[in-house]
Amino acid sequence: MTNHWVDIKNADLILIMGGNAAEAHPCGFKWVTEAKAHRKARLIVVDPRFTRSAAVADYYAPIRAGSDIAFLGGLINYLLSNDKIHHEYVRNYTDFSFLVKADFGFEDGIFTGYDAETRKYDKASWGYQLGEDGFVLTDPTLRDPLCVYQMLKAHYARYTPEMVSSICGTPQDAFLKVCEMIAETAASDRVMTIMYALGWTQHSQGSQMIRTGAMVQLLLGNIGKPGGGMNALRGHSNIQGLTDLGLLSNLLPGYMTLPGEKEQDFAAYLDKRSPKPLRQGQLSYWQNYPKFFVSTMKAWYGDGATAENNWAYDWLPKLDKTHDILQVFDDMHAGKMTGYICQGFNPLASAPCKVKVAGALSKLKFMVVIDPLATDTSEFWQDHGEYNDVDPTQIATEVFRLPSTCFAEEDGSLVSSSRVLQWHWKAASPPAEARADQEIIAGIFLKLRELYAKDGGTFPDPILNLTWRYKQPHSPSPDELAREFSGRALADVTDPKDATKVLVKKGEQLNGFAELRADGSTACGCWIFAGAWSEKGNLMARRDNADPYGIGQTLDWAWAWPANRRVLYNRASCDPAGKPFDPDRMLVAWDGANGRWSGSDIPDFKADSPPADGMGPFIMNPEGVARFFAVDKMADGPFPEHYEPMESPLANNPMHPDNPLARANPAARVFKGDWDSFGKPDQFPYVATTYRLTEHFHYWTKHCRSNAVVQPEQFVEIGEALAAEQGIRSGDHVRVRSNRGHIVAVAVVTKRLMSLDVEGRKVHTVGIPIHWGFTGVARNGYLTNTLTPFVGDANTQTPEFKAFLVNVEKIQTRV
Amino acid sequence: MALQSLDIQARSATTTPVPGVRETPDLAKLIDISKCIGCKACQVACMQWNDLQGEIGHNIGSYQNPHDLNDTTWTLMRFYEVEPEANRLEWLIRKDGCMHCADPGCLAACPSPGAIVQFSNGIVDFHQENCIGCGYCITGCPFDIPRLSKKDEKAYKCTLCSDRVSVGLEPACVKTCPTGAITFGSKRDMIEHAEARIVDLNERGFAQAGLYDPQGVGGTHVMYVLQHADRPELYGLPKDPTVSPLVELWKGIAKPLAIATMAFVGFASLFHYVTKGPNAVSKEIEKEVEKEEEEQA
Repeated sequence: MTNHWVDIKNADLILIMGGNAAEAHPCGFKWVTEAKAHRKARLIVVDPRFTRSAAVADYYAPIRAGSDIAFLGGLINYLLSNDKIHHEYVRNYTDFSFLVKADFGFEDGIFTGYDAETRKYDKASWGYQLGEDGFVLTDPTLRDPLCVYQMLKAHYARYTPEMVSSICGTPQDAFLKVCEMIAETAASDRVMTIMYALGWTQHSQGSQMIRTGAMVQLLLGNIGKPGGGMNALRGHSNIQGLTDLGLLSNLLPGYMTLPGEKEQDFAAYLDKRSPKPLRQGQLSYWQNYPKFFVSTMKAWYGDGATAENNWAYDWLPKLDKTHDILQVFDDMHAGKMTGYICQGFNPLASAPCKVKVAGALSKLKFMVVIDPLATDTSEFWQDHGEYNDVDPTQIATEVFRLPSTCFAEEDGSLVSSSRVLQWHWKAASPPAEARADQEIIAGIFLKLRELYAKDGGTFPDPILNLTWRYKQPHSPSPDELAREFSGRALADVTDPKDATKVLVKKGEQLNGFAELRADGSTACGCWIFAGAWSEKGNLMARRDNADPYGIGQTLDWAWAWPANRRVLYNRASCDPAGKPFDPDRMLVAWDGANGRWSGSDIPDFKADSPPADGMGPFIMNPEGVARFFAVDKMADGPFPEHYEPMESPLANNPMHPDNPLARANPAARVFKGDWDSFGKPDQFPYVATTYRLTEHFHYWTKHCRSNAVVQPEQFVEIGEALAAEQGIRSGDHVRVRSNRGHIVAVAVVTKRLMSLDVEGRKVHTVGIPIHWGFTGVARNGYLTNTLTPFVGDANTQTPEFKAFLVNVEKIQTRV
Repeated sequence: MALQSLDIQARSATTTPVPGVRETPDLAKLIDISKCIGCKACQVACMQWNDLQGEIGHNIGSYQNPHDLNDTTWTLMRFYEVEPEANRLEWLIRKDGCMHCADPGCLAACPSPGAIVQFSNGIVDFHQENCIGCGYCITGCPFDIPRLSKKDEKAYKCTLCSDRVSVGLEPACVKTCPTGAITFGSKRDMIEHAEARIVDLNERGFAQAGLYDPQGVGGTHVMYVLQHADRPELYGLPKDPTVSPLVELWKGIAKPLAIATMAFVGFASLFHYVTKGPNAVSKEIEKEVEKEEEEQA
């Protein structure tokens, strides 16, 4: 979240799209009801289903699954054509006036630089025009056809209300009603927040859906303001912490990135990631990258990381390609992997196309499963009848199950969607032989190190030199690990302006990332967490909910990254002169008397930079402003464009009916062997979308009796029109088939899944909740991902679970 | 079980005068359906607080699970897909359970002394140790709430967490509700809170929003804020609930008749005593008994 849960109460309008907060985040949803109760806020829900969120919304608009960019593109067109944008904001805080390279183009759905063979873009032309001084060329009059504003306008002019309605199936009046309500928040004293989740992420163009939402918020001036922002509601407890700590295959802690195999030169690696400002007087905060990087390497390798060995840069793996989950299972399926350590993950249930995943796991020599529960994955080799119909005699994979602790059986911090690191304390001892994850990993590591020390190996250095200073090497404590990611001084850290002034003494915990140094004098496991455990103690354990400004800014409750800041980009809540756009909801303001920014939040800005200096509020970008034109940061285009889902009921993309290359996202992740696994609308005419239910949490709570009582058995939701066509009544059993497999479930026939008019014909949607499987106390069922396609988003490789094709047939009712 | 901090105001099949020294406020639970997301946290909290382990049933084509109230499901989310006007779908989700009527039909109908009590704060509670399993409470309830258990042949329903309330806590469902759709306090405060909610709903286009506190049962200690208070049937609620005429008959004619019968038996006994005198034990027999007892000791 750019903002945080409590801050939602400051909103005047809430758009839930690409998510279902009432269903999947019922506790956080209380802040929506607070906004409604105390600010008379209105709630809009746009979703293929009339959800539990829709049940309490002021306005609901249906949309065909996977067509969100068309809807939001139409909204952008509406805001621009009706002049419902926040002029002061977009002129000063975005790239509206920047000139784009003349050779950049967009033709019939494809941006310049596309290579159909590799399904990748050469992004050389996706950039701003630069002057001789290295700064961006701009046209403050916004008249140049190459300025971002004009290009944006031209790009989205095609998204007319008629086109939106035809693609999305949203009735035109409903679409326009949503546009009108949202447009009101272009005013300085009206703010909208957007709450989204996997309903946007899990598409082959998911990242661009989110980007389009962010562009709407920028046009309205709603980023950086209380009650505004782009708010990603994370799907698991601590999944925010997982991404923060860099557990994605191409990341290092704190959103630093692993080098590619061509990046053998350390200086070039750093240089590429430390961009110089693109405009006069901008901060370009990533210029500090070397400090973050070196401090991480000192945390990992201690004395082994030195200036002479480039701080152990050579010990880092260099990526040949992205080894995301789709890639790993494709490699495993191709027999290229021997073993797999599966920690807190249930890929048989959570990864797409179960038959491919099961086939891949069957080719392993061994698999280690670290989990508190007996997961479906750990029993993938067992015959569970129709739900897991395999022959164990044909599977040679050896499975080791290492029971781990649940969150309530250990101390530690959890990072919420709000970016708040909150410490918690163990409530119960783990059962039987269960051990904390760090004990299990420590045990494996120490044994590996012993083997490398004894027998050598191809490349023992990264293992043998890893620093391991825990008091009980077999059991690093959560406290020790937290102090390590927060960071400490390895030598006295002095003020850059005054070398005699010591900021932190050698051996002390750091106060924040401003104290990190690139000379090896600081160690910090995750730079964005720096200061969470300072010499003042464990700030994550704080529980003071004092709210002095009355807008939910409880700075002494736990600790938020970065720097305990609660709302990102909060400088943008003020006008260029440093006065809040809405004085009643102040985050920060320029305090001229003291020469500082201050207020209810920690300024997301250079605290002593006066407004007159013209520094932009988006300090992480080298241009200091937010981008409508994504330059080369996205894999699939600088402006989001509507593409059909990989499996779509439409034969072509209505935006580009004559270009088959632009039917689905041309840069979406598809493996060569998987093209044949996609279904066609003649055989699989209905749109399917998968989702969670409030009553369950993923594939965990089917092990829990209370949850199983209130939602006992697998079902699918079918609209009344489709049910009538197929003669299906509520309670009947149906078989749902995709080109990859089938499931059998009880039909819930509902008014809440409307058939939509798309391109002149009816499109039906089938709703498929996840949660069931062949282990647990709930009635056993099929894994939903038996049905889903093996295709990923172009940027994140997230699988497309929210829009694919199925067929449905009634079968004889069981039981 | 009587709770010392809760005064009993009415007790089934009993005419003992009730205590009257303490002044306890009328309590009420307010369920705001316009704020409810149907998450069933209340339903699970109820099961957990009351140690109820229900059966893992089947889905019969609905989000509503279990399908109905039962001996281990004292509160249940009921789901209604309705179109109050053309092309306007609403998903009304109502937390069903005992309404804790001011004039409880169940208590009136119950023939077993002390099986159903009403506390002075308004809670109507079943004391299963006194329940004879006749099921009259079910007939007496205008909301179809109590359920007989097949396991012990006794009737069960929501207690409004009388055990929690007696020590100053809110009911478990109230504590659990993540959106503040369920609130608890004095009935006066709850009505005041509801009035503010109704103003808000009026502003949002629900002209008929209102409070459900049916007077046919003397008002209730569980009340609803309804978006469509003019059409409670959309939520599966009776429009004008009253105590069943059968119960009225039982109370109106049958019970006085029974009392007259009992009075007659009393008078007849008195008459017998006066005319025949008491039974007496002779001195001889008494001595023999005493002797036997000494020998045994």
